[in-house]
Amino acid sequence: MTRADAVARVAAALPPRALAIACNGMIGRELYTHGDAPSRFYMIGSMGLASSIGLGLALVRPSRTVVVFDGDGNVLMNMGALGSVAAAGAANFYHVVFDNAAHGSTGDQRTISDRVPLDRVAAAAGYRSAARVRAGEPLDAPLAVLFASPGPSMLLVEVERGNQPGIGRVELEPRQLADRFRAAAGACEPSC
Amino acid sequence: MLSQRFLDVLETNGYDFFTGVPCSLFEGVTRILDAEPRYGYVSAVREDAALGLAAGAFLGGRQPVVFMQNSGLGVGVNALVSLHQIYDIPTLIVVSWRGQDGRDAPEHLIMGAVMEDFLRLLGIPFRHLAAATLTDDVAALTATMRETRKPVALVVPKGPLQ
Repeated sequence: MTRADAVARVAAALPPRALAIACNGMIGRELYTHGDAPSRFYMIGSMGLASSIGLGLALVRPSRTVVVFDGDGNVLMNMGALGSVAAAGAANFYHVVFDNAAHGSTGDQRTISDRVPLDRVAAAAGYRSAARVRAGEPLDAPLAVLFASPGPSMLLVEVERGNQPGIGRVELEPRQLADRFRAAAGACEPSC
Repeated sequence: MLSQRFLDVLETNGYDFFTGVPCSLFEGVTRILDAEPRYGYVSAVREDAALGLAAGAFLGGRQPVVFMQNSGLGVGVNALVSLHQIYDIPTLIVVSWRGQDGRDAPEHLIMGAVMEDFLRLLGIPFRHLAAATLTDDVAALTATMRETRKPVALVVPKGPLQ
């Protein structure tokens, strides 16, 4: 499965009122192209921090499902954050990692996730559950299981290398992204 | 005790999410944050991760404070410039001044010497915390932070918060 296809399928399977944080690079651009909504936050810089942003959000919005769209390069860059997620134990935190063992946005240079299984790292850190969808396996059933159970959970999805030609860039200004997300997250009640 | 008063002043100024990485120069504050669950203090693994947590908390409606040693400014710089400063995420950074006046362990001397210039270079307004002016320092920095919606820093010397 291509990464763009996997991102679109996960976006389509999100529970109602879910809030999503996407890592920088192609994954955020793919979510923007295939499933944009005010409840999506696209991190365009700060590589490695998507799970930390998602955790901060999950802790202060415990009634909302928080889903982090992450990549293997991002997870590896700040792997200690997996420990923070596990230690916090937020039941509303879901971590979907699109793993192509490559830095897709910079030209598919190898990472090390083919030798360092990130789902097992998450499980060892103390995630409540961590599962892997291997290349070619169906995604729908594991996604249903993921969102039906309390987090913190990781679903690692093996995806093909390569980028969708002509994929868009996030067109909104960063502040606009933050403001519309805050409104969608209920952060502006009573006012911003 | 000044550490408790400092936390009270932060709360009075609207801060309601606390995270960071400890330093001995504000050991008194972290001791209280660790001991009292009502603060919800999140002990972060790195300073950039703390800034990420703070950004997430802001997106969820909170007003964050991030505690760090000045060595952590180097770890946090990409989060500051490519997350907080571009998305307009207001955050109070409470940063210790290890290496002040060139008197400290070797690993702190270079950052200690350049820290103020470093903050200026990044465009982060800062004040030096002093016991006598603590309330005004926090209020003034908070006003700047709210007006600009950008991170600001309160520099903590050796002494008052230990």
